[in-house]
Amino acid sequence: MHPAFSVLVFTVMSGAGYGLITLMVLGHMSGFAPQESGVLIGGGVLALVMITVGLLSSTLHLANPKNAWRSFSRFKTSWLSREAVFAVLFYPFTLIYLLGVWLQGADVGTFVALCGVVSSVLAMVTLFCTSMIYASLKTIRQWNSSLTPVNYIALGLMSGSLLLAAVQAIVAGELAGVQLQMAMGLLVLGAVVKVVYLFWIGKPAGSTINTATGFTQASVRLLDQGHTSNGFLNNEFGYTVEANKLVRLRLLMLALAFVVPFLLLLAASSALTVIAALLVIAGLLVERWLFFAEARHVVRLFHGDQRT
Amino acid sequence: MRLGLVVDLDTCVGCHGCATACKQWNTSGTIGPLSDKDPYGRNPNGAWLNRIRTYEVDDSPNSKTVHMPMSCMHCDDAACVTVCPTGASYKRSEDGIVLVDQDKCMGCNLCSWACPYGARELDPQEGTMKKCTLCVDRIYDEKLPEDERKPACVMTCPTKSRVFGDFDDPNSEVSKLVRERAGKQLLPELGYNPVNTYLPPRNKPVVEQYQPVSLKDTVKGWVNKVISR
Repeated sequence: MHPAFSVLVFTVMSGAGYGLITLMVLGHMSGFAPQESGVLIGGGVLALVMITVGLLSSTLHLANPKNAWRSFSRFKTSWLSREAVFAVLFYPFTLIYLLGVWLQGADVGTFVALCGVVSSVLAMVTLFCTSMIYASLKTIRQWNSSLTPVNYIALGLMSGSLLLAAVQAIVAGELAGVQLQMAMGLLVLGAVVKVVYLFWIGKPAGSTINTATGFTQASVRLLDQGHTSNGFLNNEFGYTVEANKLVRLRLLMLALAFVVPFLLLLAASSALTVIAALLVIAGLLVERWLFFAEARHVVRLFHGDQRT
Repeated sequence: MRLGLVVDLDTCVGCHGCATACKQWNTSGTIGPLSDKDPYGRNPNGAWLNRIRTYEVDDSPNSKTVHMPMSCMHCDDAACVTVCPTGASYKRSEDGIVLVDQDKCMGCNLCSWACPYGARELDPQEGTMKKCTLCVDRIYDEKLPEDERKPACVMTCPTKSRVFGDFDDPNSEVSKLVRERAGKQLLPELGYNPVNTYLPPRNKPVVEQYQPVSLKDTVKGWVNKVISR
């Protein structure tokens, strides 16, 4: 699949924003993390900015954005429509929560607390809908798996936890031990989930050129794809990267997104925590690029690939 | 009604006539235009609703060249319709034709991702998704003579390897062909239940091959012929 940069930015930024707001609100409500209103406001604003930038970026890949408002209309069947609806529903609850924290401080009333909990639930639901857009496609076996939502949610929470620790470090000037431990735990979880996914997509499976053409009892080779220059299908689905480059990028991704941030967090320093959070975002951009580049659509079989 | 096409892979010669006729009709049809980007340049790129690919099946000396035209299969379980967030993609309940409302499409490409047959192509100028309409603006046109109320690709096919009809009617020509020639669906394992069906090439008698003979045997043959006279 062709990795559209706007979609990479959208899924990474909004995933991190939703993860951040969820962990922050749950930490605030349950009381296990420090609750300074400055940190809550800072984290909330950062999350809102990231989510908004992500959503605006996602509209850049539309070829006909003037009809984007219609995307709220097929809530019953389309995961993309559900994502759009929940993404918009998320805003008022989050804004009420942040306004409440700004006016009342960290000791918020029941209504504001309730709005906070609703906004964190909506954040996770939106992230799940985003992942289901990909997981629901039977045409791409690398995506059509329950591992896809697990990946999106685990990596969203992971990047959110690092951002939360970074906001704490910048606003409060000191790190909170519990946030650091949570970030490290989620880094380990994210790495495990990602490695499981990489092993899973490595297994040969799925449709072949034989089932695609209907000639299941003989070998089939493409002689001519019928056009002299690439069309929409080639550009969208024919994206191919050399295997050795993929291996190098996988190693870069594992280092940037998981290993180096974990080592930086071990130092428990404010400045290094901020750097770790930035590295995770960069690493997840590589991760999302690979998620697209390694996905092989079945249309490729008609253009000569022997298997997906 | 379940309208669709039967394509005979035995007789298709890969002339691309169906694709050209399709482009000609539909560029000024209900979903038109079907625009091209850089049409006379080095890398022309445009929206086509029908593509013909050519495959070599099996190995020499039993190999066979097969031309496979592919357009929308008008699937019974059309995932392109369910994933569409705007409601632009829809499947008509009366005849099963899958269409895109050009006024609603926002060009997010998700339906083309959901389609396993590559039937949907984004129009590079319009920014909306284009796909086969089964010439819905021909087949119901009562101003046309009755035998011309068929899709443009079917009308133009010089080898009559495309047949249009109702798959729900067991006595229609398409249903009979599918029964008699063991018609196949493409990618049946994905569960889209495509309506369009492909007739596999017929088994033909094996052509006798020239066996090389040594010079000695050739001379011996001539001598024997001379002596027997």
